[in-house]
Amino acid sequence: MNVRRIDLSSNEEFLFTDENKDLASREVAKYPEGRQASAIIAVLWIAQKQNNGWLSESAISHVSNFLNMQKIRTLEIATFYTMFNLSPVGKYHIQLCGTTPCMLCGAESLKKVLNNEIGEVGSLTKDNLLSWVEVECLGACCNAPMVQINDYYYEDLDETSFKKIIKDLKSGKEIKTGSYKGRLTSEPSKDPIILLDDEIEKINIKRIKPGLK
Amino acid sequence: MQDTKLIIDEKEYMVNSELTVIQALEDIGIEIPRFCFHEKLSIAGNCRMCLIEVVGAPKPAASCHLGVRDLRPGPNGEPPKINTKSQVAKKAQKGAMEFLLANHPLDCPICDQGGECDLQDQAMKYGTDKTRFSENKRAVENKDIGPLVKTVMTRCIHCTRCVRFSTEVAGVSELGATGRGEDMEITTYLEKAMDSELQGNVIDLCPVGALTSKPYEFKARSWELTKTESIDVMDGLGANIRIDSKGSEVMRILPRFNDDINEEWISDKARFIWDGLKAQRLDRPYIRINNKLREVSWSEAIDAVIEKVNETAPQKIGCISGDMSTAEEMYSMKKLMDNIGSGNYDCRQDSSKLSIDYGRASYIFNPTVNGIEEADGIVIIGSNPRIESPVLNARIRKRWLTGNLKVSLIGEESDLTYPYNFIGNNPNLINDAKKIGLDGCKKIIWLVGESVISRDDGLPILSKVVEHALNSGSISDDWNGLSILHTAASRVAGLDIGFVPSVDSLSAGDMSNGGETDLLFLLGADEIEISKGTYVVYVGSHGDIGANRADIILPGSCYTEKNGFYVNTEGRLQEINRAVFPPGKAKDDWSILKLISDKLNKPLDFIDIHSLRKIMFHDCPNLLSFQLVDDQYHVNLKKLASTKGVILDNSLDIKIKDFYMTNPIARASKVMANCSIQKSKKQ
Ligand code: SF4
Ligand code: FES
Ligand code: FES
Repeated sequence: MNVRRIDLSSNEEFLFTDENKDLASREVAKYPEGRQASAIIAVLWIAQKQNNGWLSESAISHVSNFLNMQKIRTLEIATFYTMFNLSPVGKYHIQLCGTTPCMLCGAESLKKVLNNEIGEVGSLTKDNLLSWVEVECLGACCNAPMVQINDYYYEDLDETSFKKIIKDLKSGKEIKTGSYKGRLTSEPSKDPIILLDDEIEKINIKRIKPGLK
Repeated sequence: MQDTKLIIDEKEYMVNSELTVIQALEDIGIEIPRFCFHEKLSIAGNCRMCLIEVVGAPKPAASCHLGVRDLRPGPNGEPPKINTKSQVAKKAQKGAMEFLLANHPLDCPICDQGGECDLQDQAMKYGTDKTRFSENKRAVENKDIGPLVKTVMTRCIHCTRCVRFSTEVAGVSELGATGRGEDMEITTYLEKAMDSELQGNVIDLCPVGALTSKPYEFKARSWELTKTESIDVMDGLGANIRIDSKGSEVMRILPRFNDDINEEWISDKARFIWDGLKAQRLDRPYIRINNKLREVSWSEAIDAVIEKVNETAPQKIGCISGDMSTAEEMYSMKKLMDNIGSGNYDCRQDSSKLSIDYGRASYIFNPTVNGIEEADGIVIIGSNPRIESPVLNARIRKRWLTGNLKVSLIGEESDLTYPYNFIGNNPNLINDAKKIGLDGCKKIIWLVGESVISRDDGLPILSKVVEHALNSGSISDDWNGLSILHTAASRVAGLDIGFVPSVDSLSAGDMSNGGETDLLFLLGADEIEISKGTYVVYVGSHGDIGANRADIILPGSCYTEKNGFYVNTEGRLQEINRAVFPPGKAKDDWSILKLISDKLNKPLDFIDIHSLRKIMFHDCPNLLSFQLVDDQYHVNLKKLASTKGVILDNSLDIKIKDFYMTNPIARASKVMANCSIQKSKKQ
């Protein structure tokens, strides 16, 4: 069970920066007059970005006022979508996929790393650098196991590579996105083992084989 | 209306094609279980209890969601076929019920809804007797949403009726469903207390025991209550209510269905007032001796009254009736005063300027409550219908939701739950018809509040309003847009009876101002201050402002303790019925007056309430005539429009400052006091 409530401990006031206000207004402009509430998800997302990755009560109020909505309506949306964080997250927010394909390919061992390096699921390091949650399938199953850190995917992980990522994050080094097994997107992880007979090979030659070296 | 042929459970029926299937089935008498569907709310279709079999469709369909029009004919053009009792339908309903019960607690024995719970009833009829769910049930934290509605959220089945009600009907979006799936919870934003004056209705709407009445918590079981049909007297609307009592106590008040007046809603004041019926009661007569009230017997008290009457000159005797008096009481009082030889009686303790000189059409809500739904323009003058009559306000909102309604307001600005064009808060703005800006509207409602009419310039303002109404064509043969929104339940009846002073007699204002009268009867009049010097006899039910001032107190009965008639703001005669007996030695007010008249040797010419009514209706035929204003009303209103006077410049303030504290019963109620505190904290 996972009841989501807003963290009320912070009382920092939230106001859109001018730049974000423009961005949000652009979202609102996509909808007909009087239907500004339709922009709610996009606007909440902008607010979450500005507010270091989570939505505070003040942010939710501000968005409600911005879109002229009742606060409870905004809260409904914010609590419905798990992409909105309702308590503070780290500078690097790690979402670990724990769904079956990832689990079979070793998500559990990644979880161990997270447990050791950050703590229980949902925790945030003291320096506010790292936090992690477990999520359902992120749609990158062919590169399982994988995590999402802020806006990017990190795929084909194992204990070692993942530990290295976390170490780099901690030391402020840049980390590489995508596969950690040298794959290009989701090409087969080894050499092709099917469709190898000549006929097919001919067809395959005619086709451009994306990604295969 | 167009009829379609359907084959329902192997039989042919003609049904209205504009309905949803669940409504059509109900029309022909087939009951379909339901939780989320409610006639007065939008359709949500999320409980799945109303599943039926549509022949040819791949799976059962939710009948609340399915229009009759959407049903397709059979392959050879036969009428569409639906089954409500087939194996498929039954299995679907059983399944839906099993899912609902999977997470529902088994706490019926300690649940206030027990005995009147839709879930209980429908589980008996459509459910199974066992569960296959062996996991842990979910549990949900209770929410604190104010002093009126108690929550036990684990019981919630997420029908969202409460959410839809507060958003659609009450017009204050305060409830919502947060989270999703198993974690979905009904709550207000950060558990703020609800704000609406209609919030109590969610208790009735909630099909389970998730939302129940806080004041009624663990007080009684529904099956041990005696149910009495009656009328609410908290405002001028006259909402239909049912009083549930146990022994000598009123346990709760619920709305009764009446599409012409309150649909199925009542205000919180009407619903939760009942603890005030038991507090601060006058249950025996008192006489003030040396500035102390002393308990006396009835005969002593009546003798004292007689003595006073006999030693006072008739034209120095007066009477003011209150906001909750029945027609019978006012009629008896009037007759008594006539017998004594005094014309000093007034039912307008707020010094309202309404009079009977301009006919009935000048003091009622002519378009009727139902008429609101026909209107295309509303001008609100010095009124806040949300406070003065929340249910009527909900009707205006309902009309607004259907579109093409222009609303303008002259008076205090406040949240009415629908947008309006604010013209200003100066009564002189009424002079300028252009500013009001309702050109093109054919059926305009000119809603004038009590607060306006009780001003010194009440009559000039009213006359101006009537003038506009006449000019704009909103007073014609098929539409009379003049609408007085009364806040006092007894007012229209008082005017119908003629409980107003004639030209050379004293009005309520004069009488209260001292010197003018030596002996004053207050018939439940509590909203008026009587200056020193006058000897006051108070006939009423509660130890409130009137009783505090009184020299003799004659204990009367509340609206739950007597039979009687009220006329609501539309001029509709409605009957209240006795649910319980008055406490202690208190009596029916009319019988007290009869007693006085007998002792005075000027007896009223009736012996019981039936003969009283007979004479009353004979004398005052207006009482009986809902809407039927005489055909002279054009002439009369024109006469009213032609009276000239000066309209003052001070702003149109609403008289009712606190919705929860408008009458002696409300002021005696702890629940109302809590609500009032809650509200003032918010502001
Ligand atoms: S609280 Fe009652 S009315 Fe509201 S969603 Fe739950 S069951 Fe329905
Ligand atoms: S299962 Fe992990 S991305 Fe799909
Ligand atoms: S009544 Fe039809 S789905 Fe709830």
